Amino acid sequence: MSLASAWAVALHGVDGVLVEIEAHIGPGLPGLQMVGLPDTALSEARDRVRAAVLNSGRRWPPRRMTLALSPATLPKVGSSYDLALACALLAADGRIPADRLRGLVLLGELALDGRLRPVRGVLPAVLAARRVGIGQVVVPTASLAEAALVDGVQVYGATCLKEVLRWLRDPGIGLVRPGAPRPAASPVIPDLADVLGQGDARWAVEVAAAGGHHLLLTGPPGTGKTMLAQRMVGLLPPLTDTEALEVTAVHSVAGLLATDTPLITAPPFVAPHHTSSVAALVGGGSGLAKPGAVSRAHRGVLFLDEVAEFGPRSLEALRTPLEDGEVRLARRDGVVRYPARCQLVLAANPCPCAPPDERDCICAPSARRRYLGRLSGPLLDRVDVQVAMRPVKDLGRADAEPECTAAVRDRVLLARAAARSRWSNTGWSTNAEVPGPVLRRRFRLPRAVTEPIETALHRGLVTARGADRTLRLAWTLADLAGRDRPLIDDVSAAMGLRHRGAA
Amino acid sequence: MKAAQAGNLRSGELGKRGEELAAEYLAGIGLVVLSRNWRCRGGEIDVVATDGERLIVCEVKTRSGTGYGEPAEGVTSAKAARIRRVAAAWLRTHRVGWCEIRFDVLAVLCPPDGPVTVEHLRGAF
Repeated sequence: MSLASAWAVALHGVDGVLVEIEAHIGPGLPGLQMVGLPDTALSEARDRVRAAVLNSGRRWPPRRMTLALSPATLPKVGSSYDLALACALLAADGRIPADRLRGLVLLGELALDGRLRPVRGVLPAVLAARRVGIGQVVVPTASLAEAALVDGVQVYGATCLKEVLRWLRDPGIGLVRPGAPRPAASPVIPDLADVLGQGDARWAVEVAAAGGHHLLLTGPPGTGKTMLAQRMVGLLPPLTDTEALEVTAVHSVAGLLATDTPLITAPPFVAPHHTSSVAALVGGGSGLAKPGAVSRAHRGVLFLDEVAEFGPRSLEALRTPLEDGEVRLARRDGVVRYPARCQLVLAANPCPCAPPDERDCICAPSARRRYLGRLSGPLLDRVDVQVAMRPVKDLGRADAEPECTAAVRDRVLLARAAARSRWSNTGWSTNAEVPGPVLRRRFRLPRAVTEPIETALHRGLVTARGADRTLRLAWTLADLAGRDRPLIDDVSAAMGLRHRGAA
Repeated sequence: MKAAQAGNLRSGELGKRGEELAAEYLAGIGLVVLSRNWRCRGGEIDVVATDGERLIVCEVKTRSGTGYGEPAEGVTSAKAARIRRVAAAWLRTHRVGWCEIRFDVLAVLCPPDGPVTVEHLRGAF
């Protein structure tokens, strides 16, 4: 008749919360009670744990057993508590030393035969363990590489319950330690040289990549909108260590990591289909919300192809995440926050019939207006670079080979470095994040330079917000050209990058 | 705890043998057995005994091995509820007034080739 406790981790978005699992074995009819807000998958742990313990050759204590998961008010979801539940019970039964469970987090789902199955969200769980100063974590072998991404915590991989129990009795034998981290194979990103012509649009993609600006490409089908968008991630700098952990944590919670090389070091590219629901885009689901496309594209590119076909509700739902750089989703079991700082790339046809040459359009004027009108003003307001693409007129000449990704990327990286050092003590890292008032006051440009904007404002050709956007773009153009301040040419060129319609 | 030798038994005989052993055991710890295998329409109680202060209603569960679980695991919540109802009927029939009552489980393990063990779960339900 005794008491023991073990530690597991509950996931709340991409944050982990340590959960203490107490086991008590007392007199009474044999049976197992579980308290502390378990969901269905966790209530079923009762049967999984029992079968796994018996099939690992241990006695199932014929007593009244109580398992308490605390904090009791936090809803607990999923099967990752199985291993900790089993160990707490066996420790309470005196089969394994209870003091070994102190300072140790146990993660993993048990199969009926005692094998350990991988679970989602191992990375955030190990991070949570480190935050509270727990030095050892046992995870299923399949998740070992993911757990090993966290420094300062000793992680062990186990294949079955038996192995864990043997290791708990005798720490000398047994569990697998992580090997040297293998560099992730960088995803194959198609090269920019594949795109025919489209000098303007290429330039726009380069500028958007350099400044972190959102981008809208419009044009008839077959002009290379989708090709350009897919090549944009190739221009972005690799993720820094903290960014890589943030991105990997989101993908871990979504259950999307590769087992052998889990760390994501390249900016992700996410292209949801235009029939995607609001929940698929921003995250959702019952109980606690799961991350959506906008969070999976965190620190990368969210590409919405045929954006005019997206439901208006889906597009509107993107507005707040884009503004705040995170999404907060309230569901039955609580509010979760997921990071959502992604770069938006939109592609659309100019009208429903979309002929190669715009003069052949047969759409009624009202249909044309309605088509792109579905992109609401507030959303387009956040898109700094908007270019119309024209049909390609020749297949390219041998002497004018288009620039390849590597060359453009070098310029983009230099421009990004320049922007980062300029905003280094302000908390922003790209020009797109800098609010308008800062550009107009602290980084005010001489009137001679901003003259084109003033004129356009005066004539009512741009709005005040449009003027801010032009200023931001002008800074990016200056960074790309290697100047420390924009000149009047940069400002004029910036106005040219927003030539879709008259907005 | 009590140890004796048991041979191979059929299921009905096994239960009977378990009840014998349980009665012996209860007498051994100084309880007075009032009824054995008392039946009414609602069911049966294996043993009703008393220690002089309270009434002790015992369910005896006998198994020849733990392959299908420990003996005590065979006492389900439905069975417990039935025993409570029958205990009330026993009190009415014997015109016993208010008294303290305790429900115990005697888990008897009779392996074909080994010592018999009797485990006494006091106040099991």
